[in-house]
Amino acid sequence: MRSAGSPDDAAQHADPEVHAVAGLPGSAAPGQNMADDSYGMAESGGMDEPVPRVSVEDSLVAPAGWEPAPVFEHRVLKSLLGAWALAACSAEEALAVEEHLGGCGACADEARRLREAVGLLQRPESLDLDPGLRTRVLAGCLDRRPPRIAVPEWATSYDAETARLDALLQDFGDAEWHAPVRLRWFERDTTATRRTTVAGVIAHLLAVDGLVAVALGLSDPLGDVTDGADATPAGRTEAYWRAAHFPPTRSVRTPWRKQGRDIVRTASFTGCGSGDRRVPYGDFELRLRDALLDRAFECWVHAEDIAGAVDYPYTPPSPRHLNAMIKLAVRMLPHTLAARRRAGLASAVPHRHLVPAGEPGRSLRLEIEGNGGGEWLIPLDSPAALGSAQHEVAHVALDGAEFCRLAAGHVSPAEAAAGQVGDREAIKDVLFAAASLSRM
Amino acid sequence: MATQDAPSRWDRKMQQRLTRGEAAALGELYDRFASLVHGLAHRVLEDERAADRITREVFTHVWEHPDAYDPHKGPLRTWVAALTSRLAVQRLRALETAALAQDGEGSTEDLEHKVRHASVAARADYIVHAMPTPLRAALELAYFQRRDYRQTAADLGVTEDEARRRLRLGLQLLATAHDTDTPGAPPGYGGAA
Repeated sequence: MRSAGSPDDAAQHADPEVHAVAGLPGSAAPGQNMADDSYGMAESGGMDEPVPRVSVEDSLVAPAGWEPAPVFEHRVLKSLLGAWALAACSAEEALAVEEHLGGCGACADEARRLREAVGLLQRPESLDLDPGLRTRVLAGCLDRRPPRIAVPEWATSYDAETARLDALLQDFGDAEWHAPVRLRWFERDTTATRRTTVAGVIAHLLAVDGLVAVALGLSDPLGDVTDGADATPAGRTEAYWRAAHFPPTRSVRTPWRKQGRDIVRTASFTGCGSGDRRVPYGDFELRLRDALLDRAFECWVHAEDIAGAVDYPYTPPSPRHLNAMIKLAVRMLPHTLAARRRAGLASAVPHRHLVPAGEPGRSLRLEIEGNGGGEWLIPLDSPAALGSAQHEVAHVALDGAEFCRLAAGHVSPAEAAAGQVGDREAIKDVLFAAASLSRM
Repeated sequence: MATQDAPSRWDRKMQQRLTRGEAAALGELYDRFASLVHGLAHRVLEDERAADRITREVFTHVWEHPDAYDPHKGPLRTWVAALTSRLAVQRLRALETAALAQDGEGSTEDLEHKVRHASVAARADYIVHAMPTPLRAALELAYFQRRDYRQTAADLGVTEDEARRRLRLGLQLLATAHDTDTPGAPPGYGGAA
């Protein structure tokens, strides 16, 4: 359509290329540099008649080299009013519309109305809601009218974290969905990694949350893909990725979100008693109440991976939920420590310290600072022993976020910023045990 | 998803679940509408805390009175938006009246003007939110991304004729924000708060 000569030329050459030229990216602002356009409305499919010829008089008075001023029919001018009000037509078209408005009352009224409407267009101000608002609003509602079917306390962190991640995904385009992410965790006392994409991370969450779904009697998102695959989180994830044949896309968001909602809903209906149900993780199992905390923790950790990949800020969970997650990790520490010891990965228990179940034993004081933190005595010699201040052999202090990074395998035990006093072996054992809580 | 029935089925089920007192449904309701509610309230009140407060009031109202919504009268989204606008404009009026009483600056006419202006803005926001996606996409390109209608047509893969039609129709819809008692526009519909 560029320099097409005269308007009737343009009308005759209604080929698709014409549109492409007009739509060149990076073109100037509306109304600019459009002077050599020849009023392309005639070539667009919906028009029945060609644009009328330029009047002879106009051609005669036009100085040499100038495009003759176009003449538009009323119908065309009217159709231009929206584009005109938005300053999204060529200078010639704008001029023609404005001249027309002087003589056409109906169009002048509409033009004024549309111009005013443009003033009402405003960019949405803040898309990001304070995540704490959700908690406050829901709590306020439930205070006023207690629910008949409550969400069990142990499912609230999972509910909040999945909602938060879903809000982050809300405005993602394809570029974000396919942004590379490197999953990191701690395995055999070293950092393991696995490359995937944002969509791949959501597929991972879908596959592993599926363990909880199945335990609640919901369908397995993996279907029969699991045949032969091991039922660990990593095994399920790899099986899901493999079975898809193509890299995951944004389409994974809906099944992930739906499964999350179904889990919260089903947990609510089965009631608080279901919290003691066992959820098998392949090589270990957790009670449902702990499994949902674990899934909330994983959801947050991977939301941070995703936010990092697309360069977006992401905040920690609310202090109450963070505290519940930290407590779960702390509760798991003595078991992990014992398992590592059995595997020869932790220092042996000095013989004289073997303690009967339920008796106080050597302990490490773990102090976790910040919102959601606390202080715990970790029994070192047996998961069955009681933590005891009298038998405290070491004291470790670290920030809540740092502890979570450690437990997520995002920082190595050697690098974790922890204040340490006392038995160095005991400290090392506990920090390594914390890191080995992580998995893919 | 593409059928006309799908959204209203969601609306009806949501209403049933809220009536039944299912807390998980309240969470889903929040996730679907919180940004709409907060955005509308913020447009009227121009204050984060005030918008938070309206958000709380709106969800509390829906949770306490799920029966106030009539699925036969329109989508839940429209009802929630109408409720939000009304509560936000009420709140603005109360705040402005209190300010007027306290320092006596301005006049009742100024107040009415301000309140009217805010409710038009809220209605406009809602209309943009609720208009068919093709119209919204065309306005978005032409206004926010400063594309002319030819570029808009190319971006959307439609004829220039169609692009002009969408821009004009979109603005015509938006212009109804100035009309009081527009059918389908928030204030005037939505049940008592």
